[in-house]
Amino acid sequence: MKSFAFAQADTPETAVAEGVAAGRFIAGGTNLIDLMKLQVETPAKLVDISRLDLSDIEESEDGGLLIGALVPNSDLAADPRVRERYPVLSRALLAGASGQLRNKATTGGNLLQRTRCYYFYDVDARCNKRVPGSGCDGREGFNRILAVLGTSEACIATHPSDMAVAMRALDAVVVTLGHDGDRRRIPLSDFYRLPGDTPHLETVLRPGELITHVALPAPPAGRSTYRKVRDRASYAFALVSVAATVAIEDGRISAAQLAFGGLGSQPWRDPAVEAALVGHAPGDAAFNAAADALLAEAKGFGHNDFKIPLARRTLIAVLRELTETEA
Amino acid sequence: MSEDTNTLTMDKPVEQSLLDTSVQELIGKPLDRIDGPAKVAGRATYAAEYGFDNLAYGFLVRAPFGFGDVDGLDTEAALALPDVIDVVSDVETFLRNSQQGGETKAPTQGVSRVDYFGQPLALVVAESYEAARDAAAAVRVRHSAGVGEWDFDGRLDEATTPPPSQIKPKTEQGDVEQGLTDAAFTIDATYATPSQNSAAMELHGSIATWDAEGKLTLYGALQMPASDRLQLADALGLKADQVRIVAKYVGGGFGSKLGIAPESVAAAVASKKLGRPVKVVMTRHQVFEATVRRSNTRQRVRLGADANGRLTTVSHENHVSNLPDEDYFEPVGVSTHFLYPGENRRVTHEQVVMNWTLAGSMRAPGEAVGMFAIEGAMDELAEQIGIDPVELRLRNEPEQDPEKKVPYSSRHLSQCLREGAERFGWSERSATPATRREGEWFVGMGVATATRTNMLQKSSARITLTPSGTALVETDMTDIGTGTYTILAQIAGELLGLPLDKVEVRLGDTDAPPGAGSGGSWGAGSSGTSVYLAAEQLRTQLAKAMDCDAEELTLKDGQAIARNHSRPLSELVGTGMSAVGTVRPGKAEKQSNQASYGAHFCEVRVNATTGEVRVSRWLSTVAAGRILNEKTARSQVIGGVTFGIGAALTEELVHDPRDGRIVNNDLAEYHVPVNADIPPLEVVFLPERDHWANPLHAKGLGELGISGAGAAVAAAIYNACGVRVRDFPITLDKLLPGLPPV
Repeated sequence: MKSFAFAQADTPETAVAEGVAAGRFIAGGTNLIDLMKLQVETPAKLVDISRLDLSDIEESEDGGLLIGALVPNSDLAADPRVRERYPVLSRALLAGASGQLRNKATTGGNLLQRTRCYYFYDVDARCNKRVPGSGCDGREGFNRILAVLGTSEACIATHPSDMAVAMRALDAVVVTLGHDGDRRRIPLSDFYRLPGDTPHLETVLRPGELITHVALPAPPAGRSTYRKVRDRASYAFALVSVAATVAIEDGRISAAQLAFGGLGSQPWRDPAVEAALVGHAPGDAAFNAAADALLAEAKGFGHNDFKIPLARRTLIAVLRELTETEA
Repeated sequence: MSEDTNTLTMDKPVEQSLLDTSVQELIGKPLDRIDGPAKVAGRATYAAEYGFDNLAYGFLVRAPFGFGDVDGLDTEAALALPDVIDVVSDVETFLRNSQQGGETKAPTQGVSRVDYFGQPLALVVAESYEAARDAAAAVRVRHSAGVGEWDFDGRLDEATTPPPSQIKPKTEQGDVEQGLTDAAFTIDATYATPSQNSAAMELHGSIATWDAEGKLTLYGALQMPASDRLQLADALGLKADQVRIVAKYVGGGFGSKLGIAPESVAAAVASKKLGRPVKVVMTRHQVFEATVRRSNTRQRVRLGADANGRLTTVSHENHVSNLPDEDYFEPVGVSTHFLYPGENRRVTHEQVVMNWTLAGSMRAPGEAVGMFAIEGAMDELAEQIGIDPVELRLRNEPEQDPEKKVPYSSRHLSQCLREGAERFGWSERSATPATRREGEWFVGMGVATATRTNMLQKSSARITLTPSGTALVETDMTDIGTGTYTILAQIAGELLGLPLDKVEVRLGDTDAPPGAGSGGSWGAGSSGTSVYLAAEQLRTQLAKAMDCDAEELTLKDGQAIARNHSRPLSELVGTGMSAVGTVRPGKAEKQSNQASYGAHFCEVRVNATTGEVRVSRWLSTVAAGRILNEKTARSQVIGGVTFGIGAALTEELVHDPRDGRIVNNDLAEYHVPVNADIPPLEVVFLPERDHWANPLHAKGLGELGISGAGAAVAAAIYNACGVRVRDFPITLDKLLPGLPPV
C-alpha cells in the first residue's frame, strides 16, 4: 500500500473540500482497501466520511425513501420499509457478499464498487481501466466472468454490484454534493458511463463530488424479485442476475421494470426489454421477445458465451414466476 | 531420571493392543480438542504471531513474467522509500520452487531463471509490513522473457514417463486390449480435472532468527518439521543441528506445507544478513502462485466387464503436469491398483512439463482426482449393464489385492455400501436420470466408493512422567487442525491411567524427538504409535516399581494397581521416568494391502433453468480401523467431503495460456465451498480393527473423505438431470447445453 494522507471529515462540505484535490472518500472500505493493498488504487489522500451524519433512511414526500449514503447494506436490507415496499432491493442486498462485508459496506460505496475482472486486479497485467491506454488482457484472456453487453474495444469488465442492479430497476436517483456547494440529483440511468475509450471513468461524478443519499421513488406496482445465478450458493459475484418488478392489469402486463447484473459494463437496463412486455399478455411469446430485446447486441468473448443463453433462461423463469405463468 | 527406548518395526501384525485392556476409557470418545480453548482465545501461537522487539518485515518480489531470465533488479526506488531496510536477493540460495513432503534435500534453488509466473525473486525488508509491500512493488525486474510451455492439451504428445516416486509410473498385467475385446460391457471415457490449490486458511509464513552461535530458529507454517529442517539446512548450507523449526500450531496445510516454501529461505537469508529477526508472510496471491498446486489431470479410463458385471479389465492412463526438472507426479492411479478386480490391468502416468507453479501433494494425492474418473466410469458401467451402481461395486469385491496378490489388512467396503445405502434411503433413487423434479429443481442421487492407502512413517515421541504424577508428551509432530494434540493425549492418558488434564502434549519443535509430521493421513497411526510405545515402556518401568509384571498392572486415574494394592503414580516415578517410543515401517506394508474404505451417498438438486447445483443431502460410511476420537475423526471426514464437493463443483486454478499466470489467484475467484454450499454431512463409522496397520489398530482417515466424494456428486448430477460431465469442476456452463429448453 502506498503511503497516503488521511483526513477526517466532520461535515459533507468539509469532506468535499478535502476530497476535491486527489482525495478518495472512504466509508466501509470493503473494496478500496483491497485495491490499495494491491496498488490498483493509489490515492494520495483518503477522506474518511464514516462519521458523517448520513446513516438515516427517511420517508420522502413523493412516497419514496431517502437513503443516507452511509447506511450499511445490512441495515438497508433489514429496514422494514425496504422489506415491505422494495423487496427486490432487500433481496439484492442479501444476495451480495457475506454478512461481514454487508455490515461494513455502505449504500454510496456499493454503487462505486470496481469490477472483479481478474486482470484489473493484477498490476502485472494490461488493463485500460487501471492504466488507461495499456491494453486489455481480459478480452482474449480468461473472460468467464466478464461482460457481454455494453463492452468496448478497450474494456469488457462487468460492474459487480447486486444492490445497484435493484436500484437501477427501481429508478433510483443519486443525490450528491459538489465542491461548489451544488447538489445534484443524478438518475442512476445517467450515473454510470459506458466504457468506450475511457473505461477508467466509470461514473459522471466530478472530482470531490460526494454521494450523500440515494433517493428511491415511490415503489412500483406489481410483484418483484431479485434472482442471482452464481457459481456457489453464497459469497460469489453474479454470473447473471435479474431485478424485476412486473404489474398486470386486465390480463396484460401494465408495467415492468427490469435490470440485469453480471451481463453489462454497468448495472444494465434496456427500455426495449420493458417495451417488449408492457401491453402484452404474459406468456412465453412476450418473454422471449423481451429476451430477444435484451440480448440483441450481446457479444460473448469465449469463456463467457454461456451468459447469453443463461440470461435468456433466467429472465424467462423470473417473468414466469412474477406473472404466475406456466411454460 | 532414567530414559528408556522402545522401538517397533512393523514387520507383522500386532494382534493384541493395550488399548483393548486399558481402563481409563479415553479412546474413541468424542472428546473436545484440548487445544480448542487456546485457539478460540487467541492463545495458540501460529508461526507469524511470535513477537520480537526488533522484528523486520519482508515481502517477496514477484516475477512479472512466465518464463525467461532475470537480467537484474532496479532497487533504487524501493530503497529510497521510507522505512525500507534492504532489498535482499541471493540468486543462488533463494528457492525457485517449494519442496515436496518428506524430502531431505533442498528444493530447486536459484532465481536468475524464471520457470513460472509469480516466482519469488527477492525480498524487500522494511520496518513495517506495508512499507515492505509498497517497496516490493517499486522494484523493477529487468528481464528477458521467453515463450514457456503453457498449453497442456497441445503438449500431450510430448509427455514423458516420470521416475518412480510414491508409486511406479507404469504397471501392466494381463492383456488389456484383449480383455476389452472379449468383454461383454466396456467403458472408454476421458476425464479431466484442473489445477487446484489447498487454500489453507493460514498463509505460508516464517520468522527467522539466528543466535550468536550461528544456529537458525525458524518459526514456520510447516507440516513436517523433521524433514523440513533437513531441507532448510541443506538449502542454507547448514548442518541439521544448526536448524530448529518451531511449528506449534498450523492453520491447515492439506499438503501445501509438507515441504519448505520460498518465504522460509528468504527470511533466513535476510535475517542472517541484517542481524535481526525477519518475518515473511506470503499474501494469498503469493500462496496461490508460488507454493504448490495439485496437478491438473487428463485421465482415460477403460473398463471391461463380463456378462455378470464382474470386471475383467481395468485401464487407467493418466497425463499430469509439473515444472521442468521436477520429478513429482500426481499419483492418479494409486487406488486403481487395488480397488477392483480384473486380470487385465494397466495404470500409467505421463508427465507433461509445464511452466506452471510446482505441482505437489494436496489432500489425498492421487485418490482425490483419480477416483473421480474410476468411480465415474463405474457409474457409467452400471448404467450400461443396467444394474444399480451399489450392486456393481458389491459384485466387484476382490478376494485379495489383484496385483500384488496379498491380503487386504482389513476391508469393509461392502459393509460400508450396504449400511450407507440402507441409511440414506438409496432404494428411492430412480435408475432413470431426470425423472425426479421438484419445481425448477431436478433431484438425483449418486454413490461412490472411497478408499485411501494407509501409510506408516517413522516416528518418535518421548513421554515423561513427572514427580507430581503428570505426563508430558513431546515430539516434533504437528497438529494442523486435525486433532493430533488431543488424540496423543488420549493415547498417553489411556495407557498411563491418567485423565486428560494430567497429560500435557508439546508438539511442533524439532528439539523434541522427530515425529512423522502431518501428511498422507499417517499422523494418527504413526505418531500415535510412537506415543503408545513410549507409554508401553513406562508401564514396564512402573510395573518394576510396583514389583509386578506389566501384564498385572492396572493404571487408572493416576493410581497404579496390582496384586491388591494401589499406589499413586507420583510415588512410583521418583525423580521422574521417561521413555522414547519409535515406530518404523516394516514388512507388514508389503505383506498386506492396507487402506481405509468408505462409501459416499449424495443427493443433489440441479436447477433446470440455470444449471446451478446444490448438494442437499450427504452420508458417508467409513471403516478406518479403530476410531481414536469420534469427534475429531468426524471432523476430518466432514472436511474431506467438503473438499470433494468443492472439487466437483467449483474449484479450479485457471492458468492463462499466454503466460501461465494463475488468473484467479484469490479466494474471491478461486471458489472453495462456503457454508451455504454444504448441507449437514452425516458420517457413520463402522467398527473395525486393523492388526497389520499398527498397535493402535487404527488406519488413516484425514484424506478418506475427499477420496471419491466428487465422483458421488458427479453421479448424482447425472442421475438428477441426465447430463454426464467428465470435466471438473461441474460448473453450470457445462450443464446448460444438456438441460431442457425453458
